[in-house]
Amino acid sequence: MDLTLSPSEEEFREEVRSWLQENHPGPEPEAGLDEVMAFRREWQLRLHAAGWAGISWPKEYGGRGATMIEQAIFAAEASRQEAPSPANVLGLAMGGPVVIAHGTDEQKARYLEPILTGEEIWCQGFSEPESGSDLASLKTRAVKDGDEWVVTGQKVWTTFAQYAKWCMLVARTDSDAPKHQGLTYFLMDMEQDGVQTRPLVQITGEGEFNEVFFEEARVPDANVVGGVGNGWAVAITTLMNERAGLAFGAISQIQNSLGRLSKLAQETPSNGGSVADDSYFRQRIAQLHIEVETMRLNAYRGLTKTMQSGIPGPEGSLGKWQWADINQDLTELALEIEGAYSMLARGADHAVSGGAWQYGFLRSRANSIEGGTTDILKNIIAERVLGLPRLR
Amino acid sequence: MYFDLTDEQQAIKSTAKGFLASRFKSERIREIAASESGFDEAGWKEMAELGWAGLALPEEWGGQGLGTVELAVLFEEMGYALAPSPLLSNTIAGLALAAGASDEQKERWLRPLAEGELRGTPALIDADGPAEPMSFSMGAGDTLSGEKTLVLDAGDADFFLVATADGGRHVVEKGADGVTVSAEESIDPTRRLFTVRLDGVRPEATLPGSGEDYHPVFHRACVALAAESTGLAQRALEMSVEYAKDRQQFGRPIGAYQAVSHRCAQMLLETENSRSAVFGAAWAADAEPESLPLAASMAKAYASDAGWRVPDAAIQVHGGIGFTWEHDLHFFLKRGRANAAMFGDAKWHRERVADSVLAGETAPASA
Repeated sequence: MDLTLSPSEEEFREEVRSWLQENHPGPEPEAGLDEVMAFRREWQLRLHAAGWAGISWPKEYGGRGATMIEQAIFAAEASRQEAPSPANVLGLAMGGPVVIAHGTDEQKARYLEPILTGEEIWCQGFSEPESGSDLASLKTRAVKDGDEWVVTGQKVWTTFAQYAKWCMLVARTDSDAPKHQGLTYFLMDMEQDGVQTRPLVQITGEGEFNEVFFEEARVPDANVVGGVGNGWAVAITTLMNERAGLAFGAISQIQNSLGRLSKLAQETPSNGGSVADDSYFRQRIAQLHIEVETMRLNAYRGLTKTMQSGIPGPEGSLGKWQWADINQDLTELALEIEGAYSMLARGADHAVSGGAWQYGFLRSRANSIEGGTTDILKNIIAERVLGLPRLR
Repeated sequence: MYFDLTDEQQAIKSTAKGFLASRFKSERIREIAASESGFDEAGWKEMAELGWAGLALPEEWGGQGLGTVELAVLFEEMGYALAPSPLLSNTIAGLALAAGASDEQKERWLRPLAEGELRGTPALIDADGPAEPMSFSMGAGDTLSGEKTLVLDAGDADFFLVATADGGRHVVEKGADGVTVSAEESIDPTRRLFTVRLDGVRPEATLPGSGEDYHPVFHRACVALAAESTGLAQRALEMSVEYAKDRQQFGRPIGAYQAVSHRCAQMLLETENSRSAVFGAAWAADAEPESLPLAASMAKAYASDAGWRVPDAAIQVHGGIGFTWEHDLHFFLKRGRANAAMFGDAKWHRERVADSVLAGETAPASA
């Protein structure tokens, strides 16, 4: 058992740390999403120029070929320093890895480079209004027409669809096959008349997600990834990639939030002292720190296991569940600390910390829904980790 | 970075699991729990032969010289097996002797303790003081007087390590003049508690160590106990999963219902978190001692809760049968509940964590 980094890993961390310190572009603009995206595009170009875009990708495809530990270190450092996210986060985390794993040589040559530079933004067309957790029931149809496919249907929760050039689209190509077998994974060009995008306003008032409508949109046969009828297996790879890359960045992010929470407690007056002297709040803050530490250690255990076996196990579901719980608890606690001031919205004159915690509270409601609901994760854990019988 | 057991540690785990499973079957645990002394002489001898009495004690004094990680491995299995044994109290007495005794004192008490020939136990909590860790009211002097309560396994111990207000430790032999040992009934019949009354007792020896020398001992004791609670949780989880697969109601195994399966998933989460916290702290004890106090408090706080909540949830999964004396689960709940209150409860340890984190310290960090 050894929780320390090797000298070369320490060196890598130093390299990441100092590069980020020197190149950090400062906080994201507070103006609209367009400005934020422009800012992130520029940031991604800088990352790419220094070889930090696609660090998990093999070198032959323009990545850095970093080890899993190095990926963890990079994610942790970037979050710790609150570096902005690159513009093409879905392309880097999912699109590229899927093309590398399942794509043809032509596809690799065509798509990978613009993902790395951020020149082409990617979005993910999986969920549908009637197919959320039960993804394999999706109804968007793709019908063969010569050497093209004609796509009709609707996707939802599509992050950055309004900026995307390519959509990782899973559509039904065989309605007679069992539901997991009739699906195909396409790369759909978003810049065509048959594709309409409409922002979906969420409880924070922002439009982070979209609805996407396909009306006889066209995809050439050459844009099928992994073969017709194999969409489910290909989609699963993307989801696994999503989870494996997230943990360490998420942990650093929560550690930062915990630091801010302690500061909030210390700066909030209460009973002649501060909230940080109040036993109830001290207990809850301590418990959050303990849970974050267990999450961090679980992630190391998971990483060790993955390095031994080569593939992330279903235990990753525990981390995603725990992350959602902790993030929600943390923001709920911040609102309790703020007391009456927690009524003020983001941007209000007297809002504490500009109302960041109120925003965080609202945004974190989605944490137990997005990327696999906590309820579904518990099913996965029960069935695949504990071996309990399936209800269905 | 390798956060898992090594092959050697894995071997200790499987040896312990195998031995304890054959030695402590349900009927045997019940026999020991119902016996007058609660002490299993034969089991103790075998554990001593396996070298467990001195597992984490220095080799030069008859121990195995292994670390806190190995100790945690062993105690997780002790909890898993629900083993009734003075191994915990004896180990803590040994660690305290190793930390604070002179060579002569080590020769006299530590070596035989490590070899399983003598058994010691710490006598810490004063009847007239707060029942909190590292807070003692008994006055030090040529003689000792007062009442030490909640002393583990005192009935079959050979000597006590008595803590005094100055933080010192004194060896008092059980047979010394003025020592009265009386049994208290614990909620946990698998570990005995005693009151040790001292009336002008002249200690056999006073260790030269100071109070601070025993802080790492306390923290390692917390890790060992938290490991034991993790083992209790692991076993209760396994029993529940097994039962949920078997037990049929409404024409299906109850484990197919989400009310039951999600409860089991929650039990897994708490058990795994507890294990991670324990091994993180055990590793810190051996490799990064400056972060041990925080890591140990995190582990003990988490495992204090998980160690009884998971068995408690297991009783709910089992329904009526889980509430019977006939089923073993109540022993797990009781041991877990007693462990939760021992060596500082979750609230006490969370307060230590709050102290550190609000002062800006962070947990042991790698990436």
